[in-house]
Amino acid sequence: MKRTTLALALVASVGFSAGALAQAKEQFVPANYYWVGPYAASGSGIAGGAIDYLQMLNERDGGINGVKFTWEKCETEYNNARGVECYERSKKKGPTGATLIHPLSTGITYSLIEKGTADRIPIVSVGYGRTDASDGRIFPYVFPLITNYWSQNTAKIKFMGMKAGGMDKLKGKKIVNLYHDSAYGKETTPVLDAQAKMYGFQVTHLAVPHPGNEQQAQWLQIRQIQPDWVILRGWGVMNPTAIKAAQRAGYPRDKIVGVWWAGAEEDTIPAGDAAKGYIAAAFNVSGTNYPVIQDIMKHVYAKGKGEMDDKSRIGSAYYNRGVVFSIITSEAVRKAQEHFGKGKPMTGEQVRWGLENLSIDNAYLKKLGASDFMQPLKVSCMDHEGGGAVKFQQWDGKQWKVITDWISSDQKLVRPMIEASAAQYAKEKGITPRDCSKEK
Amino acid sequence: MLYREAGQFKATYAQDQQIFPIRQDRIAFALLLAAAFIVVPLIANQYWLSAILTPFLILSLATLGLNILTGYAGQLSLGTAAFMAVGAFMAYNFVLRMPWLGVIPSFILAGLCAAAVGIVFGLPSLRIKGFYLAVATLACQFFVLWAIQRIGWITNYSASGVITAQKIEIFAYAFDTPVRKYLLTLAIVAVMALLAKNLMRSETGRAFMAVRDMDVAASVIGIPIMKTKLLAFAISSFYCGVAGGLYAYTYLGTVEPEAFTLDLSFRILFMVIIGGVGSILGSFMGAAFITLLPIFLSVLFGGISHATGMEISHAVVSNLEVIIFGGLIIFFLIVEPQGLARLWQIAKEKLRLWPFPH
Repeated sequence: MKRTTLALALVASVGFSAGALAQAKEQFVPANYYWVGPYAASGSGIAGGAIDYLQMLNERDGGINGVKFTWEKCETEYNNARGVECYERSKKKGPTGATLIHPLSTGITYSLIEKGTADRIPIVSVGYGRTDASDGRIFPYVFPLITNYWSQNTAKIKFMGMKAGGMDKLKGKKIVNLYHDSAYGKETTPVLDAQAKMYGFQVTHLAVPHPGNEQQAQWLQIRQIQPDWVILRGWGVMNPTAIKAAQRAGYPRDKIVGVWWAGAEEDTIPAGDAAKGYIAAAFNVSGTNYPVIQDIMKHVYAKGKGEMDDKSRIGSAYYNRGVVFSIITSEAVRKAQEHFGKGKPMTGEQVRWGLENLSIDNAYLKKLGASDFMQPLKVSCMDHEGGGAVKFQQWDGKQWKVITDWISSDQKLVRPMIEASAAQYAKEKGITPRDCSKEK
Repeated sequence: MLYREAGQFKATYAQDQQIFPIRQDRIAFALLLAAAFIVVPLIANQYWLSAILTPFLILSLATLGLNILTGYAGQLSLGTAAFMAVGAFMAYNFVLRMPWLGVIPSFILAGLCAAAVGIVFGLPSLRIKGFYLAVATLACQFFVLWAIQRIGWITNYSASGVITAQKIEIFAYAFDTPVRKYLLTLAIVAVMALLAKNLMRSETGRAFMAVRDMDVAASVIGIPIMKTKLLAFAISSFYCGVAGGLYAYTYLGTVEPEAFTLDLSFRILFMVIIGGVGSILGSFMGAAFITLLPIFLSVLFGGISHATGMEISHAVVSNLEVIIFGGLIIFFLIVEPQGLARLWQIAKEKLRLWPFPH
């Protein structure tokens, strides 16, 4: 009895929320992020930025050509099973179903690749996810946009080359790759090995077990190796721990280069003084001094709305990353509308077309109020990454300071590896790659 | 009034020993099975099938596996997720390297691999008991994940350690839609649950319980302790291994070693405790409670904020869900420490007297 009433209530509530949203002229975007658990700091920041930007578009422009954005939050807990549940729950909502999904977890992205492709809902993983999905011929519905992990890694090596005074100077240098022992952490091992061979540097891979608050042994080893650089491929609590451990081991922090998931205020502030000088990669910058953030303040927060309870987090690296997520969402919808009919809600299939034909240049970024905030983007059927450049920023003890311009990645090296890896996936799965010359 | 066995006479031993001795139970169970196999695929949508029912069935199977070991044989284990991982990754390898084998035999072989690992890590149970044994199985949890992450062969040299399950085809029939995957899972779970139920009513099952209740006494009456304990580990790991294979193939489709962390082991142990230690039915109830309640709460809060138009901070709601979930667990354990299955049994006994309790 108890179970049937429970089930009935569940059916009723699912049916109810779907019915309430079933109105025309709305574009439904699932907000499947995480607000609890060990990674809540990043999840809630990104969710806040992503939702606030859509809210701002609704308030300022009335949505995209009169089609307003709607969204519904679902807690994934950074857990694959919950992420899949949220995806299944959200995919049919709104007049046209889910526009696209930002899974915000490499694990959930992996779990959704086949489901999204079957349901015709684009899976957009900005700066994370499956690297070889950059080959759009084999992964039509997956978009690891802006920069994937491999590209970013080549940019890091370029940055080290710049500091050394030329790529040929990297010969004989020692680099330690300190990584989170997970799918995410291991993703760059092959590309680093390939580069080590190419440039003649030595690379040592050191794993840090999840969650990463125990790093004494690894830093002892680093002290023995005395590397020229340490690449910090961390996530969550692992980052401040590594920075503090580096201080204790006497390793200079300005020789540590973090991935962009190790380059937020949440990673450096807990480390205190130790973080001064620490360098991290970024595909978006921190700060509120951009027209797009000012517009959010004016149109959303000034009206007493907005997601962030703690207003000081507006403009943080994670918040701004959420804004980048939603700029991509809204621009893909705009592009799709230009092709399939302005002022209509778009289906996932149409948004996929929009994403694949997305082209944001510097002039357009200025119009969006986001020049220097993110990089220009040009996506194509072949290339689902679309950007590939990275900035480097350094923590000065109070805030992140950008220290380089956009450093492009080494696509000559990365692209063949991506194609080889994607081809292997296609072979395992029996997928025939699309012919890009036939795509319109 | 309806639930009364008056007039039902047992004339043979077979009748006396059947799983459901009361006719009403047999009818109810037949109806339940019919509903699960016929009605649910007809009426349930994709969300229900692939996000709720399939994972519920798979976790029920894993809980059943742990219940055989912990509930019936009395050996506390924290290695459940590791056995599932062995099942998932070995199923992948069998399908990959021996495609002529077929999926079901691959699952069985993967289950046997998990059983072998279970026997190895069950060896300490011959010397240690209780919490100390739990620590030994903890080693299994860490070792298996470590091995999967380090040995490239297991993940077919995937750089990130993630595997994607191949398509499921049995006799050229593809199980590719949520309905078909659900039916496949349901069939496997139903068969294995029946086997488990019968096994626990057999000599083996009674030997398990004797060892659980007092192993010295059990050995005195002639039960081989070593064989019984290792058999319990093997059978339990086999069930968990098959559940792991299903988790990869019919549920997530893609698995990484991190999907099988200690966290999952604990969750399955909680399912056993909440559902009822040493009960087949309890395994299903516990799995339902732990997997469905958080989803129900999150949908409920979504509905409430829609209906009332109240803007509650989502971070508060998310944390509230976790708090209520924890509160309910404690509530149920206080009301009935022996689990939901015991609650169900009490309800049945009350029902027999209803409406004239004496």
